[in-house]
Amino acid sequence: MLLLAVSIIASLSIGSAGISFTDVWGILLHQLPWLRDQPVSWSEGEIAIVTQVRLSRVLLAVLVGACLALAGSGFQGVLRNPLADPYTLGVASGSSVGAAALILFGYQAAVGIWTIPIVAFITGMTTLLVVFWLARSSAGLQLETLILSGVIIQAFLGAFVSFMVSLSNSVVNQILFWLMGSLTMKSWANVYMLIPFLIIGVIVLIAYAQHLNVFLLGEGQAAHLGIRVERTKLVVLACSTLLTAAAVSVAGVIGFVGLVVPHVIRLIVGPDYRLLIPLSAFGGGIFVLWADTLARMALSPKEIPLGVVTALIGAPFFAYLLHRRKRLEGGA
Amino acid sequence: MAIMLEARQLGTTIRGRNVLNDLTFSFQKGYTYGIIGPNGVGKSTLLKLLSGVLPPSQGDIFLEGRSIAAYSRKEAARKLAVLQQGVLPPIGFTVREVIEMGRFPYQNWFGNEAVDCSPIINQAIAAMGLEKLEQRKMAELSGGERQRVALAKVIVQQAEVILLDEPTTYLDIGYQIQLLDTVKSWQREQGITVVSVLHDLNLAALYCDEVLVLHRGRIAALGKPQHIYTTELIREVYGAEASIMNHPLTGAPQILLAPNVRINNGELE
Repeated sequence: MLLLAVSIIASLSIGSAGISFTDVWGILLHQLPWLRDQPVSWSEGEIAIVTQVRLSRVLLAVLVGACLALAGSGFQGVLRNPLADPYTLGVASGSSVGAAALILFGYQAAVGIWTIPIVAFITGMTTLLVVFWLARSSAGLQLETLILSGVIIQAFLGAFVSFMVSLSNSVVNQILFWLMGSLTMKSWANVYMLIPFLIIGVIVLIAYAQHLNVFLLGEGQAAHLGIRVERTKLVVLACSTLLTAAAVSVAGVIGFVGLVVPHVIRLIVGPDYRLLIPLSAFGGGIFVLWADTLARMALSPKEIPLGVVTALIGAPFFAYLLHRRKRLEGGA
Repeated sequence: MAIMLEARQLGTTIRGRNVLNDLTFSFQKGYTYGIIGPNGVGKSTLLKLLSGVLPPSQGDIFLEGRSIAAYSRKEAARKLAVLQQGVLPPIGFTVREVIEMGRFPYQNWFGNEAVDCSPIINQAIAAMGLEKLEQRKMAELSGGERQRVALAKVIVQQAEVILLDEPTTYLDIGYQIQLLDTVKSWQREQGITVVSVLHDLNLAALYCDEVLVLHRGRIAALGKPQHIYTTELIREVYGAEASIMNHPLTGAPQILLAPNVRINNGELE
């Protein structure tokens, strides 16, 4: 939590506009009602950059990261699959299809600000069912088969989104946004939209944390200890998909956050989901915040897509996990 | 004598095929029962039905006179525990943490209990001889050690009925006897009811008060081993010729298989 606070402070202070550290904090503190009357040393433009652009973007990065990492730990827990995450299961791409279609056909506000996340949830859930159906075999859900199906669906839906975007007269930027994710051009409205999803997600997943611990022993064991297995799976999968849909609606498809973060947390605190779930939310916030800071600063003033940064970190990590699994199965 | 577990006209269908048909029987409180029969006859399915995890297609199961479907899942898990076939997976939790999971039916949503359960857990750890391993991770244990953890986890569940699904399958004979001895003495001490699916008819005769023999989805026999173990039954159910003798120490009937090709003094007859 301390690390999160430090990260927020640092990231707020860095930016292409070249506003000094003291000025950034001067501006922010000046927003507090009892400090209004202090003399100022900055322009109106700088105020707008800090409060409208930078602060909302930093908070958004934290929220998106928290949502994705929570979704990842939920998927990993209920599927007992260390390779599962919103991206590798295809759920993120599935959500992006719904969200992109809405925006391109101009229905994004049909039932208020919740329209996009709700539709993204429905398409994400549908995608998950298709992936399960593809991976199903007589031996149940094999871990690698499931991820293979997820990645195939993810590739297909990514192409489909690109196609839809090409049909409209939008620029290439839009395609990149949906495929690689980005937090540019976002506002406070996006922050407010994400908060309720995150709160619901955290509460539901923490309530099921002990269930997920027992799940690690196997579904049969869980059933014999008094867990309603099917209900638990449905609730946790739906909740994780909802978190994914909310994050995708705001930021496009950002891969591997839900894969990397729970693993790093697991290495630090062990397998107990009662710790893993809340700490993943913090960890995800920190991870995406730094990834986004890197995305906007590395080639400043040009931005690289956020998903590029997370994939550059996440894909090698995924390869490492896959390799380690193989080694464990082969030897000890 | 009180009836602990009862099945009435129990039947189930799996993928359109009738697996079990019209089973009616009752198990008394405080006794050990064995369920035997050839492979694929539905022994494990019957155990799933008895545990309430699999709802039956026909008939009903009563746990202490009340339909098992009427219990909440956690309530049922406080009355009835299952030791599953196979070993626990090699996960990152420690032995103690896994045993603690046996307390799940008594825990609130965050995994805490109203009363401190550590004495119960310590007792189970001692009973299974796991003191030296309790802080080790499951992933570091051998199969036999993990089997002992599984049994300790079932013990802390403090149920009145224990269902064992082929508990000896993956164990060497030394561990088989050790496990069944532990269950037996624990059963005598606590007066619990034990129902065990067993592969080995001889082990069943040694440890069970009564044995239920399944054949073609129905009950072929139910009773004390010395009454029901006959050469006719073995021939009918298993299609094998056998001689039956009494165990020199306990008097329990033991089955000696008779091969069709005999070897005497190294010469084929």
